[in-house]
Order: sequence, then C-alpha cells, then structure tokens
Amino acid sequence: MLELTVNGIKHQINVVPEMPLLWVLRDELGITSPKYGCGIAQCGACTVQIDGAAVRSCQARMADVAGKAVTTIEAVGNGKLHPVQEAWIEHQVPQCGYCQTGQMIQAISLLKAVPKPTDEDINQVMSGNLCRCGTYERIRVAIHAAAEKMGGK
Amino acid sequence: MREMPDLSRRTFVFGSAAVAGGVAFGQYGQAQQAPSSAAATNPLAANLGPHSVTFNPWVEISPDKITLIAQHADKGQGVGSIQPLMIAEELDLEPGQFEIRFAGPSPAYFNTGFAHELAPFMAPDRSPGAEKARATALEWLRKAGLQMTGGSSAIPDTYEKLRMAGAVARETLKAAAAKRSGVAAADLRTEAGNVILPNGTKIPYVALSADAAKITPVAVAKLRDPSQWRILGKPMERLDIRSKVTGEMKFGIDRTMDGMVYAAVKLNPNKGQPIKSYDASKAQTMPGVRKILKLSNGIAVIATNSWYAMQAAERVDCVWEPSTYPAEQADHWKTVASSFVPQFLAKEWRNDGNIDAGLKEGTLLEAEYRAPYVGHQPLEPLNGIGIVTDKGMEIWVGHQTPQSVQQIAAAAIGMKPEQVTFHNEWMGGSFGHRLEFENVRVLAEIANQMRGTPVKLIFSREEDFLQDIPRQIAMGRYRGSVKDGKIIAADAQVAANAPFKELLARMGSPSKDPDGQLGVGIWNVYYDIPNYRATSFEVLGLSPCTTWRAVGASANGFFTESFIDELIYAAGLDPLKARIEMCKVPIYRKLLETVGEMADWKGPLGKGKGRGVAFVEAFGTAVAEIVEVTMTDAGIKIDKVWVATDVGKVIDPVNFENLVQGGVVWGLGHAMNCELTYSKGAVQQTNYNHHEAMRMYQCPAIEVRGLENDYTVRGIGEPPVPPAAPALANAIFAATGKRIREMPFNKFIDFV
Ligand code: FES
Ligand code: FES
Repeated sequence: MLELTVNGIKHQINVVPEMPLLWVLRDELGITSPKYGCGIAQCGACTVQIDGAAVRSCQARMADVAGKAVTTIEAVGNGKLHPVQEAWIEHQVPQCGYCQTGQMIQAISLLKAVPKPTDEDINQVMSGNLCRCGTYERIRVAIHAAAEKMGGK
Repeated sequence: MREMPDLSRRTFVFGSAAVAGGVAFGQYGQAQQAPSSAAATNPLAANLGPHSVTFNPWVEISPDKITLIAQHADKGQGVGSIQPLMIAEELDLEPGQFEIRFAGPSPAYFNTGFAHELAPFMAPDRSPGAEKARATALEWLRKAGLQMTGGSSAIPDTYEKLRMAGAVARETLKAAAAKRSGVAAADLRTEAGNVILPNGTKIPYVALSADAAKITPVAVAKLRDPSQWRILGKPMERLDIRSKVTGEMKFGIDRTMDGMVYAAVKLNPNKGQPIKSYDASKAQTMPGVRKILKLSNGIAVIATNSWYAMQAAERVDCVWEPSTYPAEQADHWKTVASSFVPQFLAKEWRNDGNIDAGLKEGTLLEAEYRAPYVGHQPLEPLNGIGIVTDKGMEIWVGHQTPQSVQQIAAAAIGMKPEQVTFHNEWMGGSFGHRLEFENVRVLAEIANQMRGTPVKLIFSREEDFLQDIPRQIAMGRYRGSVKDGKIIAADAQVAANAPFKELLARMGSPSKDPDGQLGVGIWNVYYDIPNYRATSFEVLGLSPCTTWRAVGASANGFFTESFIDELIYAAGLDPLKARIEMCKVPIYRKLLETVGEMADWKGPLGKGKGRGVAFVEAFGTAVAEIVEVTMTDAGIKIDKVWVATDVGKVIDPVNFENLVQGGVVWGLGHAMNCELTYSKGAVQQTNYNHHEAMRMYQCPAIEVRGLENDYTVRGIGEPPVPPAAPALANAIFAATGKRIREMPFNKFIDFV
C-alpha cells in the first residue's frame, strides 16, 4: 500500500510502484481533471501540482510521489475560483477544453515564479502544453489578465 | 442510407451552407399537427415521462425540468452551447434554467445544412437553377434522414430551425396558459422560463407541461427580428466554459460505469488488414491483466485499469497481414504522380475560355505542389464504453454520425442497427477523426466477447496515431501565363485520393460520383482569369484517407493560392491589389479590401520582412488572410496574422473569434511542421513529438474581423484553415525570395 494525499484527502493505493500518477488519479481515485494526451511528456494535459510544483503526472511514478501532496485543478482556488480560472472564464479560453486543466496548472506555476510575465516568458513556460484547438493567443491574454488580478504578486 | 442523388451533370461538392431550416421546420410542423405522426417523427415522444411534453425534437419539458436537445455533436467548436441558446432566445429561457442533452440517432435530426454544397453551384450563385438544385438537395437530405455533424454545417443547419423550435414551444406554452387562466394568449408574455399574466402572475413552464401536452402544438410561429435578440449576436459566455475551467466537465474518456473493465488494443498498423497470429505469453502475467482477446484486426487486453491494459497490449507479439497499399512512402508519391492521366480523371470541374490558346500567349509558368498525409490527433484519444447483452448493445462514444455508429457496431457483432443504443459525449476535439469508426468497431468486438460487462476502451496515443485515417495526399500541377501585367490563363490539375467518397463508402453509402472534395479549392475560384480550367484526378490504391479539418480545400487551397501568387508576381503586380482587382464577387472583394485595411497593406516591407495574402472559399464561407513574417538568424518568425471573413451573421461573437484563431493555428501549424509517412505499411509518426503542429512559441497574434454581408448564414469551423498555408508560403516568398511548394514547410526552411 502506498499513501497519497490528493486535494487534502489521504488515500491508500494498491498498485505497482511504477504506475504513473496520472492513471492512479484517473482510474484508481476517479479524479478525471488531469487528462491523458500523450503519456510521454509531450502535451501537458496531465499536469498537476505536486508539493506546489507543476508536474507531468504521466511521468511521475507512484513510488516517487507516495507521501506527497497532489493538487488538481479542483483545489487550486481553495474552495473559490483561482484568479487564473477567473481569467480563463472571462477570456473564454477553452474550445474543447481537454488541454485546459493542464494549461491552467502550468500558468499558475508560471505566475508563482514570474508574477508579471512578458509574452516571451509565457511562450517559454507554456510551450510544453499542446492545444490542438489552437487557443494559444487567448491563453496569453488570460495569463496577463490573471497577473493583473493577482497584483503582480 | 441511400446513394447520393445525381443532381445534374456536375456532381455535388460536399460541405455546408444554406439556411433551409425554415422550410424543413415548416414540413415538420405540419407533421406535428397530426398527433399520430408526431410520435413517429419526434424521437423524444417515445421516452416522455408522466405529465411531460415535447413540442418538437429539440424541446422537452417535464414537471421538474426543461431539457434542450443538441443535435450537432460538440467537438469543442461550441455547438453544445449555441444550439440550446438559439432555442432559449425564442423560448425566453435564461442560461441555467435548462439541461442540455445530445440527440440520439433519429432521421428527425437530418442535416439541412448540407443542401447548399450538395447542389453543384458556387456559393454566391442565387440563380433560379442554383436555388432549385439546393431545394432538390434538401429534399433528398430529408428523405435520407442523415444526422451528421461536419462540413461547418451546424449553424447553417440550425439557425432557423432551432429558433423556430423555441418559438413554437413558447407559443404552445402560452396557449396552455391561456386555457388555464382564461386570458387570451395575445395578452400573455414570456420571460425567464415563465408565462406572465397581465396582472403579473407568473406560471413557470414546468408547471404547464401537463396542460401543454393535452393541446395541439402551435405549428409555426413568427421568429423575432435579430434587433430584439437578448442573447444571440452579442458577446456571451459559452455554457460549457465554466465546467471546462473547474475540471468538472466529463468527456467520453472520463465516464465510468459500475462493474466496468478497462481495455486497450494493439491493432494492425497496415490499415484495414487482419491479424495473422499472436503470442500473449509475456503479457498474460503482467499486473492487472484479466484477459487477452483476439479481434478481427488485432488483440485487446482486458485489465483492472487503463494503464495496465496499455502496458500489456504493447507486450503482445502480433503477426500482421501486410498492407494492400504501398508499404513505403516514396511509392505513395509515385502513385500520385502517375495519376494525372485520363484513366484516373475524376472530373473537369471548369473550363472557361480557351485554355490551350491562353497558355500559348505571353510568359508560361509551371509549378508542382504537394500536400502530405496528416493526422487529426485531437488531444482526447479515441475511446468509448460499451456493453453488449443478448438483446443488443449500448454504447457511449463521442461521434459525429450517430446512425453510422449504430450500423458499424451492429455489423461488427451480427446485430441490427436498431439494437444499438447510442449516447453521445462531449469530445476533446475531432477535426474529422470522430467521423471514423476505428474505436466503435473494435469496442463492439470486445464488448461482444465480454457480454454483460461494461467495457471501457481507450486507445493509447500511439495506437491512435497508427490507426488515424489521414487527410488525403495530394499533388497539384499548375500551368499559367501572364502578359502585359495580366494573368491570361491558369490550368489547375490536382491528383489526390478521395476523402469524402471513402468516408461515405465506410458509412455504407458508396457514391459513384467523383468526390467533390477533389474539386474544392480549384473549382470555386473567383478571379477574373479569361482562360481557366480546373481538373482533378482520383488516385487509387493508397492509404485510406478521410475528411480532415477543411478537407479538400486544405490541400487545394494551398496549391491554387500559391500559384495565383506566382502568376501575380510574374505579372509584376501587387499580390493584394491584383487579387482585389481580379475578384468578381463584390462581397468577397470587400473581404480582401478589409484584410488589407486591417494589416495596413502598403506593398513590400523590406528588411527581411514579408507579407503574404491568400483568399479561399470553402463550405460557402470566404476567408481572406494576411500573414507577416520576419527572416531572423534562427529562421522564419511569424509576426502577425489578419483575418477577414463573412458568415452572413455572427451568432456567437466570442466563440467565432476563438474558432477563427484556432483554424488559423491549425492551418499554419500543420503546414509548417506535420506529415505522416508510411514505412513497412505503418505510419512512422506515433506521438506528438513527431507531429506536434503549432506550439505556443510559434503562435502569432491573430486579429479577426467578421463581416455580415453574405445573404445567408454560413459556418466557420473549417473555412479559416485553407488560406493559412498559402498566405504563409507567400509571405516567406516575399521575405526571402524562396518559393515553398510542398508541405510541411520545415523540410525546406527553418522556423524560429
Ligand atoms: S499525458 Fe502527460 S504530458 Fe501528455
Ligand atoms: S482547447 Fe482543445 S486541445 Fe486545447
């Protein structure tokens, strides 16, 4: 049995140690906001926070994350919408939306590191997150808006 | 389904268009008046709960809720939101007052939006002959009863009929309230889900459902003028935005079912070919594995979660039947190149003036262009849940053609289509992928071997790539002549395999006509060129191919607009001004002028910068785009894109802009970076690292303007795609003097 805390709740997990966190979340715990897109760190759809840092959950082995705290998009706002989520709604970023939970987690992590990012900063950090629907321009606009909301902090 | 009608000498060009919904609803309304036929026609009538009412196939009201039906499937393009909102506009409902349900399969949901392009006339043609052909096509569509999302047809199909569905429901509810209250219907009004009496008393619609069910529904109601709209035509929040931002949205891949098992597959990458034999000894003992099943074209692993299933599927050693098409890519191209001969003639779509004489005048230009196979690869891989019992199959899968899902699944397990119950899902993209059936057929085969147990199938990304039926492969051979600063002649010849014809055949509706998609982008060209010919050849014996966002025009538009650009330069003209002068259709000329204004086009930029323009009409919607690039030390950088288009009426402005931007990204990204190639009968690119299209660092700002001059409402899902590639290639030429005539461009030039 391996222990995992997801969005503040502790779980005991019985899987092989090399199983990726993504599939533990989705198939074992029924938390489906992290998405399977590529399985090889190429798309970012599976991005979650582990101890606060944005991580591709398809690459994180269960054995390595046991005992750590995982946060998915449902809990990033502590019961409210996170400013990044608010900006995503205001600018109506999603089309199909499949990539967007990963995009927002990545954006939150960017804003933590760089509170007032330039387009160049955004391109650099967000280019690992694919969007097949092509919402990139709206993502950039929404990140700037979220930075504004968060007061550059 | 039946065969497509032979409407005239010219065969149909398939796609979207026309607002014929009014006519359709009129007919439907008449059927409604006879109560006995209402049950047969309205699929909602059969499953209605007690004290509930349905006025038409799109509105259902029960004592506890209002449900609006979305007949077009939502792949991310936003129709899951705008369809119910069109009903809500006339029915006076507010967002949040109704539930949305995707339609089950029924001929009541036949797609009127295909009528325009089924008729062999150009989009701006309003002659009696054109209108008659469209009416004939509509009649055929009604009889065929084909329910399909595609061809940028959702808005053209539903713009009138859904507003009418809402208006009819509203008037019938008022009639019911009039009967109950004794107040004349004319003195009642409706607001936010209530009928309101003159004294201010509110009667909620849900409280009227039982009464409304007892009266004859109003057949036809008057639609409100757009100036009275509360919701449509204004910036609005898509109804699915919040759940997609909070993570609550459940896509097909997220559905679970009690007692279900997980399946993964390994299928013959030689598309369409069976499996010979397999050895599962390594996989059998892997963690979580329950069973390994043989399928007609591969194997399936049943396991306790998706990851265990995928891991084990990879470890099964399979021996495949080889491909029926050439094993190596070079031979695919050879086949295309050798198809420009009478034997493979699909059709001569146009022959204006005297092409042979025209080509002899002035300076002759010749050029050859290529468009490779490309994949759809929406971010949500193919999946589905199915359960088969002795009585039939129930299937949950995101798909664009519900009736075909029934047919394909039923055929795979020896049942009848009506034994298959289909439930649609919100989709994480499609781009044409979810018009095909690889997951449906395989899921049916697996669930049939697991009778009584729900099976959840997910394709690994690698399987999804390997089984993805690609965009057609195409080659264009162009000749043209210029003299005294004028284009005298252009001869467009295209050879490609036939995407839509092949899809129809797989749907069980083979067509003998040439594929209209081989003609779009060469036939519907609106420049005043005195000698113009457009011919296409159908390439046989290659990889299966299918509709990929913008279909034929995604390749042909690139060829034609690149060659027109070459002719314009040869004639010593300005690429934008020349197009404006040559453009014969006033509302299209306006688009070219508008995009020029937006970009402040003033001719060459110099200093390593260049701009290219392109203009393509596809699915009835014309789009003009300008791309600006800079040649840097690290390669070409795309600085900015401007887009002007005209859909007659912009119903959902924010989403409209998002879709246009997405279409441009799609067109540019694949033109720059993507191709699928075959080796040993299998596609060599199996994940996004080999086929990534555009990432954010390459994505320019994209400015969009939607004009409303066209006489009818048009779709916008696909039309922004075709001009993107030629506008970029033309910009690269302007910046560097280098003509790129083959996609993907990164084989010939570096991008930043
Ligand atoms: S699924 Fe993890 S990066 Fe794509
Ligand atoms: S919104 Fe569809 S993949 Fe990004």
